[in-house]
Amino acid sequence: MTKVTMTINGKPRSGEAEGRTLLASFLREELGLTGTHVGCDTSQCGACVVHVDGKAVKSCTMFALEADGAQVDTIEGQADADGTLNSLQQAFQDYHGLQCGFCTPGMVMSAAALLKDNPKPSEAEIRHYLEGNICRCTGYHNIVRAILAASGQDVPAVAAE
Amino acid sequence: MYNFEFVKPSTVEEAAAALQGEGAQALGGGQTLLPTMKQRLASPETLVSLTGVEGMVGISAGDGTVTVGGATTHAQVASEAASAYPALAALAGQIGDPAVRNRGTIGGSLANNDPAACYPSAALGSGASISTNKRNIAADDYFQGMFETALDEDEIVTSVSFPVPEAASYQKFLQPASRFALTGVFVAKFPGGVRVAVTGASNNGVFRWTEAEEALSKEFRADALMDLRINHLNMISDLHGSQEYRAHLVGVMTRRAVDAAG
Repeated sequence: MTKVTMTINGKPRSGEAEGRTLLASFLREELGLTGTHVGCDTSQCGACVVHVDGKAVKSCTMFALEADGAQVDTIEGQADADGTLNSLQQAFQDYHGLQCGFCTPGMVMSAAALLKDNPKPSEAEIRHYLEGNICRCTGYHNIVRAILAASGQDVPAVAAE
Repeated sequence: MYNFEFVKPSTVEEAAAALQGEGAQALGGGQTLLPTMKQRLASPETLVSLTGVEGMVGISAGDGTVTVGGATTHAQVASEAASAYPALAALAGQIGDPAVRNRGTIGGSLANNDPAACYPSAALGSGASISTNKRNIAADDYFQGMFETALDEDEIVTSVSFPVPEAASYQKFLQPASRFALTGVFVAKFPGGVRVAVTGASNNGVFRWTEAEEALSKEFRADALMDLRINHLNMISDLHGSQEYRAHLVGVMTRRAVDAAG
């Protein structure tokens, strides 16, 4: 086991990891940050997306030791300290961008990465960017609408096909 | 997955020395290697991370060449090579999905040489030079069949230099579940002739379609290919497409690439 230290959601956190410990496992099992979900474990579904040094990555497809010393942002760091949802999370609630909620941490983190690079994405750009995030409930329309709303743009009553 | 020893050297020399150990394997972005290890299709005893190695990240352009560091991610190439070599940047921006592109590296892709990966077609189609800690290897000598390359066990792709063509395009027929190319074609028009590299189609991995190159070197128009057919006998056949289907796609995607390159 090796000691690993990261800055997670702005705070230094340390734990023990084996070589094979995935970043997702380290966050969930070693640090108790279970907001990051593991859906498929095959880098298909995107439920495990976190930001490492500002970049969206699939934490099930990165070793914890590779993130030693990195800045890591997870879903737990998105809301304010008092629990108030940030504007993106609030938009997911307002536009019913989730049903079972399993994919939502990854959806929110991917959407946050998109909006950082592209503050006013088109609907097509949003759909394209979410290619690596799978949702089995919503059919995606309301997720796309939520991200349009969070970016301050008009939201179509019914999302286009 | 099975456990292993993890080492993170800071120089290419240290990394190469670590790779000489038995059961050692280089780790780039890990976007192929980790899934492979989870399935226990690979079980290295030592993983040599290349993410801490200095001087292997970045893109430089000049003298008609774009050089990409071996540990440069697909996302970096997609954004930073866009003005110097647009077709290369466009190819990088179609690999996997955004999170995969933030980790996966050009060196990892070329070292793995997946028969359906995108980058091998850009390297072969551009006539790139692949630089390692030991030597420079011409793309024509580098790709040696499915998952086979000219690399030695302790050889690391440190950078890749792409001659920039007058016109180029990569056209990918997406296999939407895997996000790999069901068939992809990279066409590059140089003053001395046209190169056509095909990925995703052949049991031998990426290859040059020389008949198309000859026809396009005479006349760079999609119509110049209308009478050309490629033999299907060595094409990949799987549940996504038969040999005949892939052979047909090679023609279709090459014509689309010529049209897009203009």
